[in-house]
Amino acid sequence: MEGIIGYGASIPRNRIKVEEIAKVWGADAPSYRKGLLVEEKSVPSPDQDTITMSVEATKCALKRAGINPREIGAVYVGSESHPYAVKPSGTVLAEAIGATPDVHTADFEFACKAGTEGMFVAYGLVKAGLIKYGLGVGADTSQGAPGDALEYTAAAGAAAYLFGREKIVAEVLETYSYTTDTPDFWRREYMYYPQHGGRFTGDPAYFKHITGAAKGIMSKAGMKPADFQYVIFHQPNGKFPLRVGEILGFAKKQIEPGWLVNKLGNTYSGSSPLGLTATLDISKPGDLILIVSYGSGAGSDGFVLKVTDRINEVRDLAPKTRDLLGKNINYLEYGTYAKFRHKIRKAE
Amino acid sequence: MREVAVIGVGMNKWGEHWEKPLRQIFTEAAILALDDAGVDKVDSMIVGCMSSGLFVGQEHLTSLLADYTGLAPVAAARVESACASGGLALRTGWTEVASGLSDVVLVGGVEKMTDVNGNEATYALGTAADQEYECYHGITFPGLYALIARAHMEKYGTTREQLAMVAVKNHANGSLNPLAQYPFKISVEAVLSSVMVADPLRILDCSPITDGAAALILAPVELARKLKKPIVKIIGSGMATDTIALSARKEITWIESTYLAAKKAYAMAGKTPQDINLVEVHDCFTIAEICVMEALGLVEKGKGGQAVEAGLTALQGKIPVNASGGLKAKGHPVGATGVAQAIEIAKQLREEAGPRQVKGARVGMTQNMGGSGGSSIVHIFEKG
Amino acid sequence: MPTPSRYWREIPQRYRLEAAKCKNCGFIAFPPRQICPRCHSRSFETIVLPEAGKVVTYTIIRVPPQPFSDQAPYAVGIVELDNGVRLTGQIVDCPFEDLKIGQRVKIEFRKIYQDGDAGVIYYGYKFVPE
Repeated sequence: MEGIIGYGASIPRNRIKVEEIAKVWGADAPSYRKGLLVEEKSVPSPDQDTITMSVEATKCALKRAGINPREIGAVYVGSESHPYAVKPSGTVLAEAIGATPDVHTADFEFACKAGTEGMFVAYGLVKAGLIKYGLGVGADTSQGAPGDALEYTAAAGAAAYLFGREKIVAEVLETYSYTTDTPDFWRREYMYYPQHGGRFTGDPAYFKHITGAAKGIMSKAGMKPADFQYVIFHQPNGKFPLRVGEILGFAKKQIEPGWLVNKLGNTYSGSSPLGLTATLDISKPGDLILIVSYGSGAGSDGFVLKVTDRINEVRDLAPKTRDLLGKNINYLEYGTYAKFRHKIRKAE
Repeated sequence: MREVAVIGVGMNKWGEHWEKPLRQIFTEAAILALDDAGVDKVDSMIVGCMSSGLFVGQEHLTSLLADYTGLAPVAAARVESACASGGLALRTGWTEVASGLSDVVLVGGVEKMTDVNGNEATYALGTAADQEYECYHGITFPGLYALIARAHMEKYGTTREQLAMVAVKNHANGSLNPLAQYPFKISVEAVLSSVMVADPLRILDCSPITDGAAALILAPVELARKLKKPIVKIIGSGMATDTIALSARKEITWIESTYLAAKKAYAMAGKTPQDINLVEVHDCFTIAEICVMEALGLVEKGKGGQAVEAGLTALQGKIPVNASGGLKAKGHPVGATGVAQAIEIAKQLREEAGPRQVKGARVGMTQNMGGSGGSSIVHIFEKG
Repeated sequence: MPTPSRYWREIPQRYRLEAAKCKNCGFIAFPPRQICPRCHSRSFETIVLPEAGKVVTYTIIRVPPQPFSDQAPYAVGIVELDNGVRLTGQIVDCPFEDLKIGQRVKIEFRKIYQDGDAGVIYYGYKFVPE
């Protein structure tokens, strides 16, 4: 048996409301709220980045796992906002948690599914018996171009997962990935903001791959939607995950515990992984959970998880995701937000 | 050990000297001191300068300044203890004369700070703190003293107004000093409404960036008597060090290095705080003067603020502190400050301080400090 | 701003709070050092500092040194960790009016500064309200 032995979340405490962004660009806030089903999003402080949030999320995962970090055999951070283009986020994370020097690392990139791919590989190495513990992290401080629709949702957050063969909190029953080459959303090297294909990012991209992965994994596992207590989909906005859930035959109450986007925004590689942490926080032993991520370009990773008794022992060992989401938050005006997100051109 | 006297002093007006390079600023002060002493040769030259390398890219001041003062091939030393470099130069010169190694020693301090911009100056001054565990985290010099100020206010009830009164008093004194960088008065309101630098310290709580030099000539007392000069003897010298980081000190609000340096100086001089008629202290920030008064034993621990408010340390008060205007009004060319403090005491003991003259001054003290209190140097002088 | 090697050398302290405890008298040195300032012993063991403590004093830097010019105003304080060791560090995620002597804080891993757009990014510890 292999599975998740520890999980952790990190969400910055700053928020900006949709109204505040709309005000600056002369957009109709209520229609953005209604259309996206998003009220506000998280904003990283200037001293937070993919690496710092990965460290904090991993420290929470370590608290729950209760292992010696020196025994972690692989550290994978998946993000589309790694602080360096060359020099891995993984080495800083591995050093900060004390996993070095005998550890594998390299960074993962696949738009919003870089985190779940890193989780899959960490889990796979554990399952293959090559390492004792593996760490997969999904983290992002994504940028939305000013005035663009994505600016209302591009947010920041991180979720970390430790995998192992003992003291399992959630067993991995099945994995599956559905991938095609689909140019729905991309960013060229040296460009600051990404570009996207507008409505092309819907049916041929998000919906096709999530339904493809969900159907594929359920078929592999011999399961149907009603078998699951909870399901988490990638959350680029509030509507898409609810709609794809409906298309696949899931009920809203299965989606709700992991549906964070209305208050969090889209944390890109952190999105479905954070939704999973929030779901684990309220899950019970025996619950079956399905998580299906989505990364533009495009692909979806699926995991079928079964929660064990150990969830009751570990859930309170680190902050709960909904507490990080709702407590001690600080609302920003657009000017401060723009300054924090380096959108203001300064002197060289 | 021989008794040592100050036989000549020299100091130019401090300020922003755009036309003058470091070597000229120093030489001008040296000339004034040599002329005042009536000598044209010395046995040794000691220079105090904190950071000529960072400010003007120049090290090797022993050679440069011996050369430009026309004193080469004189033996020379450049000493550094951050903002206490001048005091350390005085102590080093004193040991040479006291030990008999040298008869006549030129002690000078200099700093040329205005060739770099504000951020670079802040960085250079920050090298007096712990680079890796204080400066790395974004603390500045005003920041370190602000940490002390807040703790002092919390622990002893020292008020913002009392801090401001230190600056007001020093400017009142400085307005009587033609060599001061800012020879004008200021009010408590002006201090309290000046721009905040590091809460609770405002710009008028802080000593300025200055170009300047100060020099004096030391000689054995017998030589001073022969030259028929008013005798100003150095009767006590003490130096002590402490942790570089403020966080590692035993007590944040107490400057232990000043206390220990003063203890040694008092013992050597055979004096107590009650014997001191006036003091020049290192008011790099207003709170520093308050803490130093306490560490020198001039007031009870914690009562520095109240003492300033009560006028104890005013020019006409019981124990005038910083009759020269202090670092605040006189300026703070870092390496020169410690020497300038001694010059003020010498002038006062010689009764040459004009409108700043403290009546009946017989015993004076200087306290020079590096960083946030990592080093302190105290000297005691007596009219003799 | 440190150079890459100066930064890298202090990583065990900056990332993991590794300190040295004097085997003779128990004095804790952070960063580690060769000679105990209390008993002059030269024998230490590696320990890790606790990640929580209380604010001893604080200030708000409004005129920053150059590497921090974008960050001002920011709060810096001296924090006494639960084992008595005091550290200097920024206090973040706390409105200035809520800063208090005695306030409980804990350590978080944050960016300290970066050397422009092309240089190294420097990480380390900061304090957040507990």
